Amino acid sequence: MAQPLLQVFNLNAWYGESHVLHGVNMTVREGETITILGRNGVGKTTTLRTIMGIIRERKGEIRFADKDMLSVPLHRTAHAGLGFVPEERGIFSTLTVEENLMLPPVVSKGGMAIGEIYELFPNLYERRSSPGTKLSGGEQQMLAIARILRTGVKLLILDEPTEGLAPVIVQRIGEVLKTLKERGMTVLMVEQNFRFASRVADRFYLMDHGKMVADFPVDELPQRMETLHKVLGV
Amino acid sequence: MTMIFGIPLQAFMGQLLIGLINGSFYALLSLGLAVIFGLLRVINFAHGAQYMLGAFVAMLMLQYFGINYWFALLLAPIVVGLFGAVIERLLLSRLYKLDHLYGLLFTFGLALTIEGTFRYLYGSSGQPYAPPPQLTGATNLGFMFLPNYRGWVVVASLFVCIGTWLLIEKTKLGAYLRAATENPTLVQAFGVNVPMLLTLTYALGAGLAAFAGVLAAPVYQVSPLMGSNIIIVVFAVVVVGGMGSIMGAIITGYILGIAEGLTKVFYPEASSIVIFVIMAIVLLIRPAGLFGRDA
Repeated sequence: MAQPLLQVFNLNAWYGESHVLHGVNMTVREGETITILGRNGVGKTTTLRTIMGIIRERKGEIRFADKDMLSVPLHRTAHAGLGFVPEERGIFSTLTVEENLMLPPVVSKGGMAIGEIYELFPNLYERRSSPGTKLSGGEQQMLAIARILRTGVKLLILDEPTEGLAPVIVQRIGEVLKTLKERGMTVLMVEQNFRFASRVADRFYLMDHGKMVADFPVDELPQRMETLHKVLGV
Repeated sequence: MTMIFGIPLQAFMGQLLIGLINGSFYALLSLGLAVIFGLLRVINFAHGAQYMLGAFVAMLMLQYFGINYWFALLLAPIVVGLFGAVIERLLLSRLYKLDHLYGLLFTFGLALTIEGTFRYLYGSSGQPYAPPPQLTGATNLGFMFLPNYRGWVVVASLFVCIGTWLLIEKTKLGAYLRAATENPTLVQAFGVNVPMLLTLTYALGAGLAAFAGVLAAPVYQVSPLMGSNIIIVVFAVVVVGGMGSIMGAIITGYILGIAEGLTKVFYPEASSIVIFVIMAIVLLIRPAGLFGRDA
């Protein structure tokens, strides 16, 4: 079994007075694709943002490549090897597609070269001089993923990568994630599109009321349908 | 005698030149304000004081160390920029999480403190600062005599404005600045040290103000009040250009300087209010300013 890359123990997080995460425990191993499932408002996005260090009111333990991440300032998190693609994609309107792509600093060797990225996302090459926000939603999502691939991070954190996208784009993003998996990239994502998630994930975490209530590999999905129905309400 | 709209050519061109020189200072100062506002969201009321500090640092460098104008033009912005960096790191950075009003009040208080200190030390009256010997005298353009130093002010201001614009629009550092203006948290999550970027930006803005101050020292006198005299007009320039718009600040600075100069030719009584009248009209028609993003 591969080594754990990310380990989270008893993670709690707060938005001001509001206690949002209530002791999240999870492990992501090298090369795995993990999907967190759960209803709206159970703390999935908060989990990702707390692991990333965007939410600073947090307690518990986050270890990445055996390094304690709780005391690491936000601008050093990426240098430790965590790359984040937010739900709203975060494409900068004052930057061209290429400037958006080149914006995140390279944090370690092993990231994709710009040529490889354009090969994987030919649309971005064609529109490299356009303002980033003039791209379609699907292209923006690809740009948001592509710019992290350049940086050489070890763990790609994706927040709802298929939200609001046409089926054909969802399929393309699935293909991209499979390519990344073949290259050994570790992926942790939150996804509402269950059909998409079941195609790309190796393992699932099921979240409810600010903590993980179950975890299981993809081949146990049929046996877990009853739990999924109960927790997800689907 | 050649006349333009019933005005002698020499008088017309003279006022145009004065407008262009004033516009050069407006452009440099509003550029610094726009850079600071764009990233820090702070309305830097201390900008006039930093402009005054630039002039004073140049004058004091000459008095105490014999440092000439050219070195002062380089060193004074660095000294004032470092002062700005310390202020941002130690004080201003503590206010970012609060309402923007606190940043405005803090910088207003800072301006009053700096100006008050210099008034106490040097009095209110202006002190002379000679232009460099290389730029004394005037050049006959045929239709008017152009004082060499004033020509230099326009050229230097243009170079610095274009250089700053290129820095922000065409470099990686500029891309970080523009991105951090939109979403500082995400830029930080990408691994960019945004707090350091904020400090550098404030230092850059203060340094630009100081550069304008050194340029202004031989034109106007070096006085503790020189900043507060110009800063209100500069705020109007920034509002007309569009808060946070770099190119808007530069272009509007020159245009309003020239508009002010030409008003002195055609209707001198209105020259001191013309910029504010233009500001009011622009705010009515395009509230985000001529170059503001929402315009």
